[in-house]
Amino acid sequence: MIDFEQIPAIAQMSAMMRVMATHQMRPIAREMDENEHSDPTPYFEFIWESTKGYFKENSRASAKGTPPPEGTPSKAVPAPATAQVRQCVVIEQMSWGDAGIYLSTPNPGLGGAAVSAVATPEQKERFLKRFGEGKPKWAAMAITEPGCGSDSAAISTTAVLDGDSWVINGSKIFVTGGKRAVADSEGFVVVWATVDRSAGRAGIKSFVVEHHTPGMTVLKVEKKHGIRCSDTAAIVFENCRIPKNNLLGSAEVVERGEGFKGAMATFDATRPAVAASAIGIGRAALEYVQERFEGAGLSPRYGISPQKLTARERDLMMMEANLKASWLLTLRAAWMGDQKVPNNLEASMCKAKAGLAVTQVTQKAVEMMGPEGYSRKLLLEKWMRDAKINDIFEGTQQINMLIIARRILGYSKDQLK
Amino acid sequence: MYSFDPTDEQKLIIQTARDFAAKHIRPYAHDSDEKSDLPEGFLAASWELGLATGAIPESLGGAGLPRSAVTGALLVEELACGDLPLALAMLVPALVAYPLVDYGSEPQKKQILPVLTAGSFPRVTAALVEPSMNYDAADLATHAVRAESAGGHYVISGHKCLVPLGTAAETFLIYAAEGGAGLDNVQAFIVPRGARGLTVSEKEKNMGLRAVDSVELVLEGVHVPPSSRLGEAKGIDFARVMSYSRIAIAAMGVGLARAAYDYAREYAKERKAFGEPIASRQAIAFMLAEMAVEIDAARLLVWEAAWQLDKGNTATKETYLARMYSDAMALKVTDNAVQVLGGHGYIRDNPVEAWLRHARGLSTFDGMATV
Repeated sequence: MIDFEQIPAIAQMSAMMRVMATHQMRPIAREMDENEHSDPTPYFEFIWESTKGYFKENSRASAKGTPPPEGTPSKAVPAPATAQVRQCVVIEQMSWGDAGIYLSTPNPGLGGAAVSAVATPEQKERFLKRFGEGKPKWAAMAITEPGCGSDSAAISTTAVLDGDSWVINGSKIFVTGGKRAVADSEGFVVVWATVDRSAGRAGIKSFVVEHHTPGMTVLKVEKKHGIRCSDTAAIVFENCRIPKNNLLGSAEVVERGEGFKGAMATFDATRPAVAASAIGIGRAALEYVQERFEGAGLSPRYGISPQKLTARERDLMMMEANLKASWLLTLRAAWMGDQKVPNNLEASMCKAKAGLAVTQVTQKAVEMMGPEGYSRKLLLEKWMRDAKINDIFEGTQQINMLIIARRILGYSKDQLK
Repeated sequence: MYSFDPTDEQKLIIQTARDFAAKHIRPYAHDSDEKSDLPEGFLAASWELGLATGAIPESLGGAGLPRSAVTGALLVEELACGDLPLALAMLVPALVAYPLVDYGSEPQKKQILPVLTAGSFPRVTAALVEPSMNYDAADLATHAVRAESAGGHYVISGHKCLVPLGTAAETFLIYAAEGGAGLDNVQAFIVPRGARGLTVSEKEKNMGLRAVDSVELVLEGVHVPPSSRLGEAKGIDFARVMSYSRIAIAAMGVGLARAAYDYAREYAKERKAFGEPIASRQAIAFMLAEMAVEIDAARLLVWEAAWQLDKGNTATKETYLARMYSDAMALKVTDNAVQVLGGHGYIRDNPVEAWLRHARGLSTFDGMATV
């Protein structure tokens, strides 16, 4: 049955995150933007302490392949069939609080997701256990290189087996949380590298490189348009030696490139998450503008003839409709993921739509508030800068449109370049 | 819990409607547009299908299908994907049936329901839109005044347009304001064709929707008794009537856009330029991708708003946003479809130009469909 009712467990979680976002994120949002690359340490500690129990159970469970037992701190976590929807709801609320801080949250993140997706139980135990204990930690994912972005099959970082070690050489850029993962904490980074350049996609494998591994250098942290709290690192690997069993998945170079496809499939889960983050920012901006107009007695008149609407009303309504449409597309993709239904098309749809919609919504929000919108006294201009990344990372809007187009046309990458 | 899966019963309705659209609607869309007339026997065939008013309860002589805005949206999308004017035509009885079921007094139901549950297509319709750039359902220029001087009867004056199937209609449900602006002030009146002061125009000539005849009505002091006021003393909940209408029209926008998108996509895969299908160029492929995304976006807004209605909410905001989005989406998608076909899209041999003409009307069609 077509149903848009949130289950109570997710509604509760959402309300909790809203409180957290209001008290732990919003008050420091501007400060973190103005002081790029500084750490919101109290937030890190707060969120780490609040989620540690959950990740402890999670890593224990994923290592053993069983769900967490009843009565553990993860009790509030709904059954696995809603995990992706729940994740989107949480991310949307946190990004409403602040997207830069959300992206800086100490947790297994994208690196952890890669481990969860393909690692052996032994590897899961070894790599994920740390997120349930000790000090805050991060895990990052390093795919992009100076010479390749969305075209990840063109990766030139190499991994060569030498005795019991892989030796990694190459440069990675745009590693979200990279510095915090490998230089500031006892985390790790998952590095995509080729074991056989002649094999193309099939030769690309992912490797876990532990924090502070010799041969790995955080070269710089990028200065960005927005999401300034989040560190975006350039990392260089020079004869960086890691244990042989840090390779995730199989070392075999299979002609059909199943490993690569598997890695790409993680995007089907992460794209709705990025869309959700975008929507949280958009909602923050829209709510602010709506409240200000409402306070000035300019609430939009739903129900009147459309040709009688003022430009302001029309703008507000289209912003609202676009955000809502983006959110529904996102929920659909996440719901499909939870149902284990292939959702590659729908994941790209929600990401492409949300990235663009929120870029436009936040830009319009700044415009609608006039000089106030442009001022750094308000968060609107920051939200506009933060929003833009969602139109870019995890596949630009254009890459996602390409994926959608191939899917709806039934074209291969050779038929539609 | 979130779900995007129609029920088995809804899937059956979708399939039935899709089959009907493929067999009885799409093949006749072009000719009926050219001739500005419905295909012969179309209304009878559609009436036999029984879906337009399928949700009249069994106790009132209907088929007793579940009354659900979500189900209605699914149904209407399929029919409109066949052809918008033909879908509008076959759904006209619902314009009277559902307000009557929802708000009609017992005598009113007794009076009109037999026509709506009989064996032949009922000659009823409804009139809401007014021929003015200031037209606003929430601020109608057609007024109904209860006058002691008229023996306690209502006196209705005003001007209506886009009254579907008005040429043959015997009974009109006419919406009029009692008092000032606001959805709360709108009521509906059952007016027979022969009422003194009621003039029915010739067929309107519009940009699109040519297959379904529509007329203007001029009401000059039309007198009707209080028993003709729908719901009599209780009246109607017009805000809710409008929400059902918005859902229907928004869902039609989705269906219409889907027709155009499907056609343009297949065309783009067939049509070659410079030795390759034009769909293999990003300029075309991205237009198609955008169409696909926007159709899904609108459909989900429609579903969510319909779901709100089914929960018992009036959902003015949700249905309004869904409709606003869908209207704009359908216009954009049908325009894109014409563009994908290029010069061929502009020629009436291909259906896309007609779909663009229909889509432009969506923002005008208040109250011309309901679920």
